[in-house]
Amino acid sequence: MFVGISLSVALWYGLVNWTPFLAFNRLPDPISVMMEWISRDPDYGLSIFTTDYYLHIAYSTYRATVAFALALALGVPLGIMMGWKATFHAYAGALLDFLRPIPPLAWVPIAILILPGDEPAVIFVTFLVAFFATTLNTLLGVRSIDPDLIRASECLGATARDILRDIVIPGALPSIFTGLQIAMGAAWFSLVAGEMIAAQYGLGFMILESYNLVQYPTIVIMMATLGIVGYASSALIRYVGKKMIRWREQSLGGLSGDMPS
Amino acid sequence: MKPTGAVEVINLQKIYGAGDEAVHALESCSCEIPAGQFVALVGPSGCGKSTLLNMMAGFDRPTQGEIRLDGEILVSPSIQTRPNSDRVVVFQNGALFPWKTVIENIAYGPTVQRKLKPLEALDQAHAILKNVGGMERIANSFPGQISSGMQRRVEILRALINQPKILLLDEPFRAMDTVSKSGMHQHLLDIHQRFQTSVFLITHDLGEAILLADTVFVMTTRPGTIKLKIDVELPRPRNKEMTLTEEFTTLQKQAIAAVHEEARKAFERGEKELA
Repeated sequence: MFVGISLSVALWYGLVNWTPFLAFNRLPDPISVMMEWISRDPDYGLSIFTTDYYLHIAYSTYRATVAFALALALGVPLGIMMGWKATFHAYAGALLDFLRPIPPLAWVPIAILILPGDEPAVIFVTFLVAFFATTLNTLLGVRSIDPDLIRASECLGATARDILRDIVIPGALPSIFTGLQIAMGAAWFSLVAGEMIAAQYGLGFMILESYNLVQYPTIVIMMATLGIVGYASSALIRYVGKKMIRWREQSLGGLSGDMPS
Repeated sequence: MKPTGAVEVINLQKIYGAGDEAVHALESCSCEIPAGQFVALVGPSGCGKSTLLNMMAGFDRPTQGEIRLDGEILVSPSIQTRPNSDRVVVFQNGALFPWKTVIENIAYGPTVQRKLKPLEALDQAHAILKNVGGMERIANSFPGQISSGMQRRVEILRALINQPKILLLDEPFRAMDTVSKSGMHQHLLDIHQRFQTSVFLITHDLGEAILLADTVFVMTTRPGTIKLKIDVELPRPRNKEMTLTEEFTTLQKQAIAAVHEEARKAFERGEKELA
């Protein structure tokens, strides 16, 4: 991993400083970005020593967290209901199939019109993509459960509630966590876009703002910060998933070390 | 106490679909499993064996006829008794819950039936795993960590802990190698000897059926009908060495001859139909 990162930074440096292409010359090289990032007195006002830097991170993290939590709280139950009850799927499935292909940003104007203020609108578009990913993967997870497991639990005297708790939810869990990983990625994607259109703070807002103010190193700092925050949120979900699906790792034995995520 | 677990299958018919696309899975299918007996059903793949077993379990209902358990109607075209722990199925591909440990799997029945408190159920599961299975060291393993032979034994214990009237085994040894299979045969013979539970075993292996069962029914395909009943009068307790005795081989030869005769007749009938 370290080698990969070093090589890409070297390539970046080389492209900016040594290539004859004008296009690359406008970009800041890694050294000037790094100097700005750790400067106590940054040229463009944002570095790890300024409160504003953390304010932007906090705003974006807050929005992503709220959106993700809503997607989790609504998407998982909906996906389970859809996978479990055919009639429910017939109703909700059609609506979902129709809404899902609409790109999240297409919702921004409507969201601003309906919701009070920009803040809920940005959270809403972020929530929307995370919600679809969570719901659909939960649905797939329920569908993937071997029907014999449900029959076996019926034979042993389980009621519908027992089956939901002991078979359907644990059986769908691996797929739910895959969905949450995708949801988290999609949430950041659409959050940044939302912030660019309708926000006064946040990493996405600051990227566009820095471009307008010709503060190129700040763009790169914000992008790199997004990479770090996004990676951390993903790693957190992976960690919780591994803890909750211990049986899977143990059953696969030593092979599970590099479980795809 | 009078032994329970007697099953009667009376004139059963099952048609899937309707019109030109209707599939006759079972037709005039009758057989019986006397209380406490071990009965095997042999037949080619896709002949309707599992359809019959599914109806006994309560997963499906017939289009005609009925199945009775100890005289009470279990399923008929208008009645479908819910699956219950008085007739537990052991599935072809195994159906242990992968997210529960061996001991939690075995304790599952008594726990969800609220017969025992969860801790008592676990105690009982430990007891049966040790005394019947002799496998106490895998108690806390997950199903994915143990061999397929052990998985099948655990699944049988998970059924037995509920003291079912009948065990329904749907080709449980199909994917096993010869050595584990023969171990499983002995295990099943011992269990049947000890618990005297009725057992209904589906298999396509005639030798296996003769070694294990008191009665072997042979089913032919499309539509599935019982064509032949073979009474196996080998003494109990049985063991796998019996497969080498003359009694066993004679019986097996007769059975194979009878099955071939049935197959030949069916084939000729088929030709006539085509002509």
